[in-house]
Amino acid sequence: MKTISAPFSKEELKSLKAGDFVNLSGRILTGRDAAHKRIVQGLKDDTLPFSIENQIIFYVGPCFKDGKITACGPTTAMRMDAYAPTLFDSGLLAVVGKGDRGDAVYESIKKNGCVYFAAIGGAGATYGKAVKSYSVVAYEDLGTEAVYEFYVEDFPVIVAIDADGNSIYR
Amino acid sequence: MSKIYFDELVNAVENLVHACSSLTPACKSALCRAKAGETNANARFALDTILSNAELAEREDLPVCQDTGMAVFFVEYGNGVQFVGDFEEAINEGVRRGYTKFGYRASVLDPVTRLNTKDNTPAVVHTKIVNGDAIKISLMAKGFGSENMSRLYMLTPSAGMDGVKSAILDAVKRAGSNPCPPIVVGVGIGGTAEKAMQVAKEGLLRDVGNQNPDDTLAQLEKELLEDINALGIGAQGFGGANTALAVHIGKYPTHISALPVAVNVQCHAVRTASVTLEGRE
Repeated sequence: MKTISAPFSKEELKSLKAGDFVNLSGRILTGRDAAHKRIVQGLKDDTLPFSIENQIIFYVGPCFKDGKITACGPTTAMRMDAYAPTLFDSGLLAVVGKGDRGDAVYESIKKNGCVYFAAIGGAGATYGKAVKSYSVVAYEDLGTEAVYEFYVEDFPVIVAIDADGNSIYR
Repeated sequence: MSKIYFDELVNAVENLVHACSSLTPACKSALCRAKAGETNANARFALDTILSNAELAEREDLPVCQDTGMAVFFVEYGNGVQFVGDFEEAINEGVRRGYTKFGYRASVLDPVTRLNTKDNTPAVVHTKIVNGDAIKISLMAKGFGSENMSRLYMLTPSAGMDGVKSAILDAVKRAGSNPCPPIVVGVGIGGTAEKAMQVAKEGLLRDVGNQNPDDTLAQLEKELLEDINALGIGAQGFGGANTALAVHIGKYPTHISALPVAVNVQCHAVRTASVTLEGRE
């Protein structure tokens, strides 16, 4: 099991190979369907209220109870395929989700030297435990679909597509 | 005529919703069997995580998965019962209270404006009138990673049962790693377009892997489970022996021109529960 701490560099990502088990720590951003739509529009209009450069985005819409996150497993990454290449081209380093990606995402990952991590779908309680603190970064009106920053510890993932385009799915 | 009151149903539904914090015993058993026979390291990691997550969720009363679903109900309404109040509103009030109380995600929104209703209502309610003095309510908390992978094939009679099998395998292949395998494959053969899908979904209420009472369908389920697991998609799409935990097939008579096949996919997190309310004089 490797351990890496976010934010990290492209150099660090190069050492990760498809199939590696990794424990993530540090600051990660969240975003799913509705947030991605706004992020891409924000990049186009130059109105993005936060930076995605060298960041990692976790595809998730958490459950909250009494101000705490109780469950936050990955959502299906394929639905973000329409947006992912734009984000990678704009400096995003890595994403976390579940399930295989389309060919255009593979190409973009290779071109930009990014990484796609797979978390285990349906293990929401486990990932909730790994979130030590969180706050809203943008689009609060979207509720669970807002962009949050999570500080995570020992957040278990697998390198699903590495920077060379090797994949555990294909 | 015996009566069931609005608040009784609201309370019953509120309690049913708590199903989102555990997997059904049959689902857990099926996952344990899957893990025991798995040799692929990545798939074993996935199954280990899924099982330890279920334990954690039960122990600490947490949602198993953040997608606590859209609440789908199958109701058997006894015709000897008078329900006092607005029946569907009682179900929705129970959903509203349960999802709020347990901190489950509000995932339901207007499909056109995309504005969230913020309390996971409305539920989807299928009601069948039956004989009797009770109301049986079954809840399926249905996540949409799997629901999105559902497919309808309006086959025609020449396709035959080979065509039916090909259609089901096609749906599973196209779903691939997306619906959180190992999945339960709900299948409805026959009826009309919407009846086929309803039969497929209702089949997902059966305890995972329980024998189909119809021998022909039981045999078909067995053959399809083998064919599906030979696809090698595996747990989470990581490969290995466990693409599906079970295939549940139902049928309904259809038209001489038709052979509808509906496939409704259930992720590995089966969260169902049911309760029967008896009417009172």
